[in-house]
Amino acid sequence: MTVNDFLLMRHELMLVAIALILLITDLMVKPAHKSAIVPFAIALFAVQTIVGFLPADEGVLFGGMFKTTPLISLMKNVLNIGVLIILLQSWPWVNKPENREKMSEYFILLFSTLIGMYFMISSGDFLMFYLGLETATIPIAALAAYTHHQTKSAEAGVKLILSSALSSGILLFGLSLIYGSTGSIYFDQVAAVYSNAPMQVLAFLFFISGMAFKISLVPFHLWTADVYEGAPVNVTSYLSVVSKGAASFILVLVLYKVFFQLFDIWQNVLYVISVLTMFVGNLFALRQQNMKRFLAFSSIAQAGFILLGMMAGSQMGMTSVIYFILVYIFSNLGAFGVVAAIEASTGKILMSDYNGLYRTNPKLSLLMMLAMFSLAGIPPVAGFFGKFFLFTSAASAGLYWLVFIAVLNATISLYYYLMVVKAMFINKTDTPIAPFRSDSMTRLGLILSGLGIFVVGFWSQVYEFINSLSVGLF
Amino acid sequence: MTGTIPLQYFLIISTLMFFTGIYGFLTRRNLITMLMSIELILNSVNINFVAFNRFLYPDNLHGHFFSLIVIAVAAAEAAVAIAIIINIYRNFRSIDVDKVDEMKF
Repeated sequence: MTVNDFLLMRHELMLVAIALILLITDLMVKPAHKSAIVPFAIALFAVQTIVGFLPADEGVLFGGMFKTTPLISLMKNVLNIGVLIILLQSWPWVNKPENREKMSEYFILLFSTLIGMYFMISSGDFLMFYLGLETATIPIAALAAYTHHQTKSAEAGVKLILSSALSSGILLFGLSLIYGSTGSIYFDQVAAVYSNAPMQVLAFLFFISGMAFKISLVPFHLWTADVYEGAPVNVTSYLSVVSKGAASFILVLVLYKVFFQLFDIWQNVLYVISVLTMFVGNLFALRQQNMKRFLAFSSIAQAGFILLGMMAGSQMGMTSVIYFILVYIFSNLGAFGVVAAIEASTGKILMSDYNGLYRTNPKLSLLMMLAMFSLAGIPPVAGFFGKFFLFTSAASAGLYWLVFIAVLNATISLYYYLMVVKAMFINKTDTPIAPFRSDSMTRLGLILSGLGIFVVGFWSQVYEFINSLSVGLF
Repeated sequence: MTGTIPLQYFLIISTLMFFTGIYGFLTRRNLITMLMSIELILNSVNINFVAFNRFLYPDNLHGHFFSLIVIAVAAAEAAVAIAIIINIYRNFRSIDVDKVDEMKF
């Protein structure tokens, strides 16, 4: 291997270097100067995000275990953008006095999970895939239990680690059956001999149930709401946006590249899961009062929509999935950013606390409204285009009934998204949240997500660029 | 391979272990026992990998590698899980899942 070969994995190497630099800096810095670590970490990650956009070569490393293509770099860049916005938004929370001692742990754990996601997306065989998946999951459990003196946070951590361990156990059993029936763990070799023999279908079902845990699809979603509620807000937004996005990326890659012989079978499986996910996510979101739980169920419902694009099995399907996740990152981070800013300054988290928010904090309310419109898919903002392409790709694959059900669900979701808007703009209360001004980093994070909600929708080159890199099933 | 235990025996054992693990995870109410059930699942996977490798594909070593990695990852997972369970004990004074129910529905 030459130096050039190593440059193929520059995303991973740089992030490993950043995590190590932070680890060492944390040891060397005096306790009085610890707060300097936060801007340092954000700056390092901003460099990582920018370097990620430099054009990269295609290539395969480690005998096919690791591979990178422009499409895979694009997926990593999408995740980078999400993580950068989350880091900016977590500024007020990380700087709280009770987190001062362990603020660098937050960044190191966050970067470790991101390294795992990189490797998972880049994997060329099931071994690397599994390692990446676990590297991506285990540190998140530690992050969910980050505020360890709070009972809710501890509960979120234990629920996350146990359910993710169970799901990866189920997934592994599927992988062992795949190995037993094909004799290989490399994606291309498995794909060449995979057929719809009963054992291979069973192996696939184990695999898909393990992945469904990670993307929190119904009926494997039961951990989601509790973990989202208990974890710190910024960890929740990481879980709901980056973690879910990475798992969706690898699922679409594996479905298209490894299991394409089973297309008829996985289309039917995803059909059922998608309908269930949309209905359960939307109907449970209706009754939530806690904003974090509310966004948890809304993100379950959004995952159901993502499956629509996967089921198309076409180039357009893959494009619409990646594009939707990009849009979803901006809109969900807009919503979570507002929730995090309000929780950091007032500690309020219920939907009824948002009554009359427009009178006291008009800018936050406007961003929240934009994010809600984008999540619901109302035309001027990017969320509409994301849903539009998903529905189009599913319809062009002939799944008319599914699209009908999805449109029905989009209507249900409109109701509860507008409930938030109504609370902020119409409901009156004597004790609204007092006007407050966030620090500049939080505002930068909020502005970035607000910009993304507009720009990604109107700037059609984004869609065309993704489309030029995507591949179809046939 | 005459005189050895046939592959089916290993597969039956591993399948039994797998479903015992799932059953234990769903029915046991103690967090440590739930963690043990997960270890049971992971070990059943290891038996599968090693048995498949030994009997069906003796000329490559993918299965052995995979089971080694699974053992390592299981250790990491158990370390984090036990740390969180200790934290649960400090907060709730119990490691019974029925007590850890602050958030529901």
